[in-house]
Amino acid sequence: MKTLVNIFRELTGLFIDDGLFALAIGVVVVLAAIVAAIAPAVPIAAGVVLLVGCLGVLLYSR
Amino acid sequence: MILTWTSAAPAVSAAFLSSLVEAVEALTIVLAVATVRGWRPAGLGALAGLATLALIVLALGPLLDRVPLHALQLAIGVLLLLFGMRWLRKAILRAAGVIPLHDEELAFATGTAALRDQARHNGARLDWLAGLASYKAMVLEGLEVVFVVIAVGAGHGLIVPASVGALAACALVAAVGFAVRRPLARVPENTLKFAVGVMLSSFGVFWTGEGLGVPWPGEDLAILGFAALFLIVAVAAVRLVRPPAVKDLP
Repeated sequence: MKTLVNIFRELTGLFIDDGLFALAIGVVVVLAAIVAAIAPAVPIAAGVVLLVGCLGVLLYSR
Repeated sequence: MILTWTSAAPAVSAAFLSSLVEAVEALTIVLAVATVRGWRPAGLGALAGLATLALIVLALGPLLDRVPLHALQLAIGVLLLLFGMRWLRKAILRAAGVIPLHDEELAFATGTAALRDQARHNGARLDWLAGLASYKAMVLEGLEVVFVVIAVGAGHGLIVPASVGALAACALVAAVGFAVRRPLARVPENTLKFAVGVMLSSFGVFWTGEGLGVPWPGEDLAILGFAALFLIVAVAAVRLVRPPAVKDLP
């Protein structure tokens, strides 16, 4: 069981090692999805939210 | 043809560079095992790890064709964002001196010390433990390589070119590593991680957007624009997070 937990921890560690940083990326993706859903006539808006959001998360993460 | 090259070149180089980093890390552990217990457990563990990876690829590869394209793009895009931006952030913090650079010589020394410590306590079982360490390194680092290859190659049928890039990197590291029989400490790992982080983050934005139905201007060429933006922001972030120099302190 301990080995399985360790394997799971190692696998999730490939993508997440700072919970807040991963959460911020998740929030940006969700915001982009919301924009894509409420403004289907301007699909590029979701792309702008996604790109600017990710760049902002990177710039302000310490 | 130009479009093919513009999509293939970033995929192949991202797979090559990220595989180079992962292969160097795996090689360090395999060499540590070989130094303490010889090449038999190190080699057997590494081969078993490669066989496990091959099984995972053979089992999961055909499933990719069954997943709807937009769902696949979105899932891979989000995972690429998490994976690539995590690498890029670490590279930024290392370049700024906030966290220490990854040191393969130190990782090698730590690995051999841990194995020698296990030898004192486990005696005869050590060959198994050493082989397991080699196996685990190969599987975990290899999984990252497999993920990158699938992530950058799956969306546009570039799995084969991305695999060739990854295999070339692994073969190069294995050949050099086994020739010099030392960890490859001179590889500019943080620079590579910086570059790969920029590329994977760019792919992540592109695929996530595609999954959400965003019509990127310039289609695949947009990836190059994203890479330029991520590079500019990452360089700016290094300056922002760099602690003040000692001479600047009052």
